[in-house]
Amino acid sequence: MSLVPTSIRDRGSYLLFLIPGGLLLLAVILVPLGMNIGISFTEWSGAGEPEWIGLDNYTRLMGDGTFWASFRHNVGLVVAMAVLPTLAGLVIAAALFDFIGKHFGSKHASVLRAAVYLPQVLPIAVAGIVWSWILAPQDGALNEVLRAVGLDSLAQNWLGDPDLALWSVMGVMLWIQVGYPVVIFMAGMQRVDPSLHEAAELDGASWWGRFFHVTVPQIRPEIFVVLLTCTIAALKVFAPIYVLTRGGPGGSTNVPSYYSFQNFFEKTQVGYGAAIATVLTVLILVLTTVFLRVQNRGER
Amino acid sequence: MRRHAVLWSMIVLALVMLVPFFIVALNAVKTPDEYSTGGPLDLPSGISLDGIIAFWERVDFGEKLLNSVVISGSVAVLAVVVSVFNAYALGIGRVKGRLWILVVFLIANTLPQEALVYPLYFLANEVGLYDTKLAVIIIFTVIQAAFGTYLLTSTLGGFPRELLEAARIDGANKWQTLVRIVVPISRPTLGVLFVFFFIWTWNEFFLPLVLLISNENQTVPVALGVLQGQRMMDATMTSASALLGVIPAIVFFLIFQRALTRGITAGAVK
Repeated sequence: MSLVPTSIRDRGSYLLFLIPGGLLLLAVILVPLGMNIGISFTEWSGAGEPEWIGLDNYTRLMGDGTFWASFRHNVGLVVAMAVLPTLAGLVIAAALFDFIGKHFGSKHASVLRAAVYLPQVLPIAVAGIVWSWILAPQDGALNEVLRAVGLDSLAQNWLGDPDLALWSVMGVMLWIQVGYPVVIFMAGMQRVDPSLHEAAELDGASWWGRFFHVTVPQIRPEIFVVLLTCTIAALKVFAPIYVLTRGGPGGSTNVPSYYSFQNFFEKTQVGYGAAIATVLTVLILVLTTVFLRVQNRGER
Repeated sequence: MRRHAVLWSMIVLALVMLVPFFIVALNAVKTPDEYSTGGPLDLPSGISLDGIIAFWERVDFGEKLLNSVVISGSVAVLAVVVSVFNAYALGIGRVKGRLWILVVFLIANTLPQEALVYPLYFLANEVGLYDTKLAVIIIFTVIQAAFGTYLLTSTLGGFPRELLEAARIDGANKWQTLVRIVVPISRPTLGVLFVFFFIWTWNEFFLPLVLLISNENQTVPVALGVLQGQRMMDATMTSASALLGVIPAIVFFLIFQRALTRGITAGAVK
């Protein structure tokens, strides 16, 4: 007979299962994250000894116009990847679920949903290649279409004009992103009690009336999840910028993630790159905390 | 009348979403001559595979496909295993401090890779794993398993206690209970996780771009992205490369569609 109560022994042996995952997490995530924060207090070219400079990188960030501009561009991407897809996704999901699904059968609705969702499964780098070619100034498909219908004056250097490039990137991101909220919202609408819609209909509510007063309030949890996960995704955007514009022309589409990449590997200002990455991390962690808080409150 | 207006507007929307795929496919099968005379919108007179073959040979696309399959497949298997171990301890074992451990895993999943990239690049060099598939496999196993742990812990938290109790009475130890009871019963969820990990890893760009510099180690998205950046391809070859990048994604989409829609729903509401 062992003197240790079984419950304690049980807990001990369950802990063994956490060892491989815990060690991997330590080596691949926690230690590198700590190192990155450490590096951000140094001046380092990546070779030789890093030189401790305290908060200098962060004070330099405060006065760095490129850094602030990169965050402004990120706000544009949050609009294109979180706000607009959520708004469009609500209308599209409601039209497919509540209208097409009911009047023409759910088969039609799911085929249309698949078409809208398809860009989501593409590797973002591949989506970027598709679009950089469609948006090419000389023989790109978009300009060809405009010329073919006689709108020559609207043909533009979509990705090469500093005033237009960010808008073009935003359009591409909207195309990539919109399928995600549509799928999530349609799943959420299946949860809504049909009697709520019936009651509203008896009260004489129009389709839009039911949309605003029944559908939207009922799928609030989904809307919230989509807004937050998409906002975080927008803050992390790298591949589309790398493939479409490389942050150009003239830095007009630079974003924090690409800016830190440039400092790490092109300008070899590793300490400064680490500081940018740390600021981005803090921002995302704050958003994640808000997300967890509100989600917990919703569950209670 | 209004019904059909809604139906048609949705059909138009679906077509607009699909147009880029059609244009890519259309131009991937043109000859460069046809492209330079007719532009991107004319129908090709026949199907020419020259652009596709030229691109395939130039980047050794077969090798890139194999690299992507090896990396994504290994990550999917390993990350499911690690997620199961973690979630077994957290969701069923309810080890002390599990809430905080779970928060750490969630944070690991939401961190921007920019905050890890330089130390990972440095450490991979130190241990001799720079520019190897193994480095990418290890890193993404951890990143994907962080999400898997979070999702699976909440699923296993609701695992029927009677089954665990019955196994204990039959004399099964914790390892046997995991392998013979928990894993078989959770198989549908594990399948969804596998699909997710595979596709997510397939689509990854940033860390593989930094860690896999030599040609023979690159994945499909990295090889395409790097070539695109060099701007050395003509229009038909570019669309051929895009088509070759799109095809595997569509294949996965068709194979995994059911698991996918089920999976994202599971991830969203919990």
